[in-house]
Amino acid sequence: MNWIKVLGKFTLSTLRGLGEAGVFLIKGFSWAFIPPLKFHRFIKQIQFIGVNSTLIVVLTGAFTGMVLGIQGYYSLNKFGAEALLGPAVALSLIRELGPVISALMITGRAGSALTAEIGIMRISEQIDALEVMALNPFRYLVVPNFLAGIISFPLLASIFNVIGIYGGYLVGVKLLGVSAGGYFGEMRSFVDMQDIFDGLYKSLSFGVIMTWICCYKGYNAGYGAEGVSKATTQAVVTSSVLILVWDYFLTSVMF
Amino acid sequence: MMIDVINLHKSFNGFPVLKGISLQVEKGGILALIGKSGYGKSVFLKHIVGLLKGDQGKVLINGEDIGTSKGTALEKLRKKFGFLFQGGALFDSLNIFDNVAFPLREKTRMKETEIRDKVFFELEQVGLQGSENKYPAEISGGMKKRAAFARSLILDPEIMLFDEPTTGLDPIIANTIHTLIKNTHERLTFTGIIVTHEIPKIFSIVQKVAMLNDGVIIAQGTPQEIQASPHPLVQQFIAGGIEIA
Repeated sequence: MNWIKVLGKFTLSTLRGLGEAGVFLIKGFSWAFIPPLKFHRFIKQIQFIGVNSTLIVVLTGAFTGMVLGIQGYYSLNKFGAEALLGPAVALSLIRELGPVISALMITGRAGSALTAEIGIMRISEQIDALEVMALNPFRYLVVPNFLAGIISFPLLASIFNVIGIYGGYLVGVKLLGVSAGGYFGEMRSFVDMQDIFDGLYKSLSFGVIMTWICCYKGYNAGYGAEGVSKATTQAVVTSSVLILVWDYFLTSVMF
Repeated sequence: MMIDVINLHKSFNGFPVLKGISLQVEKGGILALIGKSGYGKSVFLKHIVGLLKGDQGKVLINGEDIGTSKGTALEKLRKKFGFLFQGGALFDSLNIFDNVAFPLREKTRMKETEIRDKVFFELEQVGLQGSENKYPAEISGGMKKRAAFARSLILDPEIMLFDEPTTGLDPIIANTIHTLIKNTHERLTFTGIIVTHEIPKIFSIVQKVAMLNDGVIIAQGTPQEIQASPHPLVQQFIAGGIEIA
């Protein structure tokens, strides 16, 4: 009967963890609507999550678009439909790869650092110090990150899409000989505004997921360097998995 | 009583750390809480300021139970406190000036020029004039403690809590910190609790001493009463303290 005990303990602790994470999200959002906003910190986090992730997003966007250009050409060429390479690349990026890959890249770059920063603040009693000063740690540490994530993710996904489309153009048009007019012209016929909006909604929700999980894990980091490193790993893995799972649900509902 | 702790119990994962602690500190008095490391002294201190809630018992601050206070009532109580954390708990991303100015900027409507004057005054009191532009990572442990002390004093708290203010510091810096506490107490007449191992040095600063062992207070009284205590653990602790000192 020992395994029943272990299973019960695991289930209870998982449920407790989920409940605590849910409460954390609700608290974070509630404080986002209660002024004053820590504007300086908010701008700093936009810089940290958004601006500083631009290079990595541009790089991954370019190579993703280029690979899509090669693979798309290879597949479409079999049906003699290589003229549709432009819409194929654009739709893949705008509806799916742009939001998802950019979110995973930002999570790897900024999410891990976010968890580590808040985790170190937790173990070095800086969060306790805020509380003792009768200041709300959510207002200083969580709300600016939530808002910065919500703003940065869609913008970075848009940059990813644009660069990716030009990466596909470079390979498809300049290297493989697809007509330039066809590449962009067909895109106009096949890509709707709704596709663009759906992609942006996705990346906005990914922004919430990343900042929520990374702040939560950092805020509840265990003791010492080991606690912070564990929290950082868990934050990146959980955020990435949740982004992919949530992406599937959203895609099922939206398309 | 400014601080009145009544039968405080606290367990972590079923392991009891505090087993019914009762302590009082009068307004303007300072209590030294001594005891072996890892026996819950810091945990006790965090209950006083409401960072931890007891499983049983009460912590009354000027008659109000901080353990059950929430929202604005808790905020109002916490405004009475200054807390010197063991590691200082300075904000890494701010320099010393901004760290000390932080409570003033967040909790008062003072003008920047007034804040500047007050911060420089407190930094001078703790001997950190000229270091205001340095970041916590760039200064020594003793300087961190002094900067954190200045920050905790900046709002002229009614109650000061010190969590091992001299641990890890050399004897000269430790003496400086003790002198700072004594002088500041004379200047602000705060009520205080000092968690420390620094005996008998601390006896000249405090009016009352309590010894925590295995989750209970085994002795309390004036420094003279504690030194004369027949309790073997108290005597062992004091003798150990004298040997080390």
